[in-house]
Amino acid sequence: MTDTAAAIAADVRAGRRRALDIVEEHLARIDSREHEIHAFNLVLADRARAAAAEIDRRVAAGDDPGPLAGVPVALKDNLCTRGVPTTCSSKILDGWCPPYDATVVQRLESAGAIAVGKTNLDEFAMGSSTENSAFGPTLNPHDSRRVAGGSSGGSAAAVAAGFAAVGLGSDTGGSIRLPASFCGVVGVKPTYGAVSRYGLVAFASSLDQIGPLTTTVADAAVVLDVIGGHDPMDSTSIPEGLPPVADGLGQGVRGLRIGIVSELCDGIASDVLARVDAAAAALEHAGAHIDKVSVPPVTYGLTAYYLIAPAEASSNLARYDGVRYGLRVDAPDTASMNAATRTAGFGDEVKRRIMLGTYALSAGYYEAYYGKALKVRRLIADAFAVAYQQFDLLLAPTAPTTAFACGSKADPLAMYMTDVCTIPSNLSGHPAISVPFGVGADGLPVGIQVLASPLGEPTMFRAAVALEEAR
Amino acid sequence: MSEWELVIGLEVHAELATRTKIFCACPNQFGDEPNRNICPVCLGLPGSLPVLNRQVVELAIRLGEALHCAVQNSVFHRKNYFYPDMPKDYQISQYDQPIDVGGWLELPSGARIGITRAHMEEDTGKSTHLGGDGRIHGASASLVDYNRAGVPLLEIVSEPDIRSADEARSYVSELRAILVAAGVSDAKMEEGSMRVDANVSVRPRGSDTFGTRCEIKNLNSVRSVGRAIEYEERRQIELLDAGERIRQETRHWDEGDSRTHTLRVKEDADDYRYFFEPDLVPVEPSPEWLKSARAALPLLPAERRVRLAGPAGVSATDNAVVITVERAMDEIALAAIAAGGAPERVLVHIEHNLAVEGGEQIDPHALAALTRLEVAGGLTATQAKVVLAELVAGGGRGDPAAVAAARGFEAMDASALEAAVDAAIAADPDAWAKFCAGEQKAAGALVGAVMKTTKGQADGKAVTALLQRRRG
Repeated sequence: MTDTAAAIAADVRAGRRRALDIVEEHLARIDSREHEIHAFNLVLADRARAAAAEIDRRVAAGDDPGPLAGVPVALKDNLCTRGVPTTCSSKILDGWCPPYDATVVQRLESAGAIAVGKTNLDEFAMGSSTENSAFGPTLNPHDSRRVAGGSSGGSAAAVAAGFAAVGLGSDTGGSIRLPASFCGVVGVKPTYGAVSRYGLVAFASSLDQIGPLTTTVADAAVVLDVIGGHDPMDSTSIPEGLPPVADGLGQGVRGLRIGIVSELCDGIASDVLARVDAAAAALEHAGAHIDKVSVPPVTYGLTAYYLIAPAEASSNLARYDGVRYGLRVDAPDTASMNAATRTAGFGDEVKRRIMLGTYALSAGYYEAYYGKALKVRRLIADAFAVAYQQFDLLLAPTAPTTAFACGSKADPLAMYMTDVCTIPSNLSGHPAISVPFGVGADGLPVGIQVLASPLGEPTMFRAAVALEEAR
Repeated sequence: MSEWELVIGLEVHAELATRTKIFCACPNQFGDEPNRNICPVCLGLPGSLPVLNRQVVELAIRLGEALHCAVQNSVFHRKNYFYPDMPKDYQISQYDQPIDVGGWLELPSGARIGITRAHMEEDTGKSTHLGGDGRIHGASASLVDYNRAGVPLLEIVSEPDIRSADEARSYVSELRAILVAAGVSDAKMEEGSMRVDANVSVRPRGSDTFGTRCEIKNLNSVRSVGRAIEYEERRQIELLDAGERIRQETRHWDEGDSRTHTLRVKEDADDYRYFFEPDLVPVEPSPEWLKSARAALPLLPAERRVRLAGPAGVSATDNAVVITVERAMDEIALAAIAAGGAPERVLVHIEHNLAVEGGEQIDPHALAALTRLEVAGGLTATQAKVVLAELVAGGGRGDPAAVAAARGFEAMDASALEAAVDAAIAADPDAWAKFCAGEQKAAGALVGAVMKTTKGQADGKAVTALLQRRRG
């Protein structure tokens, strides 16, 4: 086991270890295993060394660089980094360097964290396996014949392989929690609006949230406290901000009412369901009241999601037209140049979703597809609200199975089904965390999801700690 | 009277007079070097997000109040279409829940034109096409200036209540005056900060259904609004009289050849795939905000016309009143009248003699004194004009009597004027004969001769009256 972010920051702040040494340790691990995993699109070795030297200089001068001093972080390559290529694992952004940092990158670096690289993802975060990358798939550090999960597969694999203590991902339909489950790390999808999206290249704006991937629940809490909070650059950022999470971690779960969502256990592999039962038993043992709860509309979540997310994506991705930045394929007139650029620059899955979304928003189809999906979305949020009248938290598997074999889900619909347990939280805007809780029949990690009501992160994290302790 | 009735609805885009753009902190400034006032947000760079400028909402509320609209909670939508000068390839606009709905605008004639809605949106960049004839087709390269991208706009849509080109001109002038008076926009059509599209159709008089309409673009002045509508009216009536049909299309007004030309034919309604803008939150101004915006609204042109009409002793639809308010000189007129000026002469001077540089600096007391001299017969109209010009040249202040004296302007006594008229008739018997034969124009030569011999001291009107009397 590699060092936690908490241990690293404590040592660096106290002057017991140098940030530069920590960075070198992580770079050495990247050197030894990156070729078999392919977690990164770009490793920022020199930049990381320079940042570490600066942290060390400040510690030596008596400064406190912050709660993440010297902590190596891996940034999903859809987060803008000033002067550093940001590709979204797409050919269409070829050569583009953002002139600004995402708010989360700024906040991490001001807290002393050190970016070691930009991690691989499914192109524009569209996928569940990190196989839809223009630069090739990321493989699972526990078994390189298996996928890492997606779309934040690069960040999850980087944390699991010890390339970085912290990864940042984005979660639109499960893209943090699913790879966390497959790679055996902690992954958090915060309440919509808790973390600024400024500088996150948009996939589906009303669903996207940035969150941490870490080896421990406590590390996830520290990172969330650093990156969360109101940002005037994001209109959907919650004005009052997220309540602090790290301080209340040890309060236990005694007396909490936790409901297992029946519908999210349908069609789930039996070895995964066995871990859900074990998790429920562990929480009960720790003093929580466990019961089953039915939230019927969540069964329509997948369908609604695959209308809403592509609809927003079709609009968000329109700007990649070859006019201003990234790839341009020349043609005699503007419309042909747009078409040639987009044909060459986007992969199949991105094209499929742009077409789906364009169709769903078209005159004559809007009400039947997009309009109806919005109604389902409201029903899901309402049904969760009813469940939270009886329960403090909800429990569910993160994924239907453990990590599947590379290339085994060539049928897009089979791939889409992977997100069935995670999508409802994105549609409702509620927070959820995936905590590693043992292994499946194949010996690969299984993640258990704890779901909470809006801004319910502090309580959610208490249950996550209880699961971690019972593991 | 034509058997056809003209039906016009106008869509006006006004750039708002804000300090910064609608969704970012870049300066909202016209005429800077290209691509100076840009940032990740107005360039639509990946990852950037819009944040609504509060001042845009303030101005939208003000206009809503000025146009008697209901100001309601509203949301933004995305209007999706590809165009190189639109950074995100969608425009953030308002769709089925705009901020201002259901108002009206009263023309100086007293006619009320319904306002369907006014909504907030962002402007696009500006393309310049090199080579060819300056259009995108046939160009060898295109350059885009994004300074204008993200400049706040209000699109103001009228009901199809306008029935003539004159009414359309009057609507545009009045709306412009309101935009300026309320501080919403500088509304300079020549700089493009106010742009007008006209929807024009004709129908048989008495019909209550609408004819097929054409949308006319590129109307860059009040004059071209009127001319384009007059042309389009003739074109459509000629087609219908010839038994042909009007094709629904967008047409481009060409000021050079004074015609409209087909820009594109609307076969189907454009599909902009509008949907709720997920990067913004609903706009819900508090009752206090609405109240303070209403309170901040200055007197509007219609109210100012009424205010001036009373003391001026004419109706609010009087042309001189309309022009005085349009030129924002009604405060001067009111002060001059209050200082004892002759109302009719005050308005005449403002309408005809003060539309010059520095004219708005005229001291109302000097203006009042000048008109008193005229009424008392101490100055002719021509002399008064000269005195006024001298006052304006001197910064608007001074004593009109002193200026007149320095110029040697004195009222002529009646016998001197009679003698001058006698001399003029004697010198030009031809003109006199023609005038006596009823040729009114011939009086001009005689009056001119009198003015010449009296060195402009004679009152032209008095000379004409004298000639009439002589003729009997």
